[in-house]
Amino acid sequence: MNLAEGIQIVSFAILAATTIGAALGVVLFNQIVYSAFLLGGVFISIAGLYILLNADFVAAAQVLIYVGAINVLILFAIMLVNKRYDFEPVANRWVRQASTAVVCLGVFALLSTTVLATPWAISTASTVTAESTTVIIGKHFFSDFLLPFELASVLLLMAMVGAIILARRDFIPDQISTATEPPQTALTLPERPRELTPAASNATESSN
Amino acid sequence: MELQLQYFLLLAAALFCIGIYGLITSRNAVRVLMSIELLLNAVNLNLIGFSNFLDPVAIKGQVFAVFVLTVAAAEAAVGLAIILAIYRNRETIDMEQFNLLKW
Repeated sequence: MNLAEGIQIVSFAILAATTIGAALGVVLFNQIVYSAFLLGGVFISIAGLYILLNADFVAAAQVLIYVGAINVLILFAIMLVNKRYDFEPVANRWVRQASTAVVCLGVFALLSTTVLATPWAISTASTVTAESTTVIIGKHFFSDFLLPFELASVLLLMAMVGAIILARRDFIPDQISTATEPPQTALTLPERPRELTPAASNATESSN
Repeated sequence: MELQLQYFLLLAAALFCIGIYGLITSRNAVRVLMSIELLLNAVNLNLIGFSNFLDPVAIKGQVFAVFVLTVAAAEAAVGLAIILAIYRNRETIDMEQFNLLKW
C-alpha cells in the first residue's frame, strides 16, 4: 500500500464507521428493504477495507459476488415473499432482546480483551511483493489448495441443484387425462405454475 | 502511528457481535440470512487481516477468504430456496411460526 499513513488512518476510520453503522441498520431497521440496501453498503465498505489490507483480488471478488449476486438474490427473495403485515406480538420479547444484547456485548468484551492482550507475531517481511496477489492466489489454487478448490466446485454444483429442487413448484398429478396437450418429451418438466390467487379461483369454481 | 492488526480485529469482532444479535433476535427469516452474511464477512475480515500482517508473502489467508466467499454464495442460494419453500407452505416468514421441526 503506497498511501500515506494519515490517509490510511482516515480511510480506515471512515470505512469502519460506515461498516458498523450500516450493520446496525441491517439488524435494527423495521423495513426489510432498507436492511437489504444497507447490507450492500456493508459489503462495499468491507471491500474498501480489503483494499486497505492489500487484498485487491478479494476486494473485487467481494464486490462481484456479495453485492452483485448475494445482495440481488436477497432483494429478489424479499420481493417474492413480500407480505406487508405486522408480526404478531410475542410476550416478553424485550427480555429476549435485552439478554441477547447483554450476551453479545459480553462476547465483544471477551474478544476485545483477547485481541488486545495477545502478542501477535507481526511479520517484519516487506509487504511490497513483486507479484500481484492474483498471481499468488492462482498459484495457491492450482498447487497446494487444488483439492479444496475442486471441492468448492462440487459444493457449488450441489448447492445449485439443491436450490433448484427446493424452490421448484409442486407436481401436478392429473396430466394423463388431458389428451389435447402435446406429448410429453423427456425434457419438459412435469409441472405447471401454481395459481397465484387460490381464493379467487375457488370463488369462480363455486359460482360455476 | 500506522494501521495496526488490532484495529481490524476489533472491527471484525464488533461486526460479528452485531451479526449474532441480529441472528438471534430478528423475526424475519430473510433478515436471519442477512445476519449470517454479516458473520461470514466478519470472519473474512479477520482472515485477510491476518494474511496481511502475519503472512504477507504467501497470502494463504486470502485463499481461505475466497473459499469462505464460495461457501457464502452456496449458503445464500440454498437458504433463500428453503425460505421460499416454507413460505409456499406456511404463507409467512415469521420465525416464531416456523415450528416445522418440532417434536
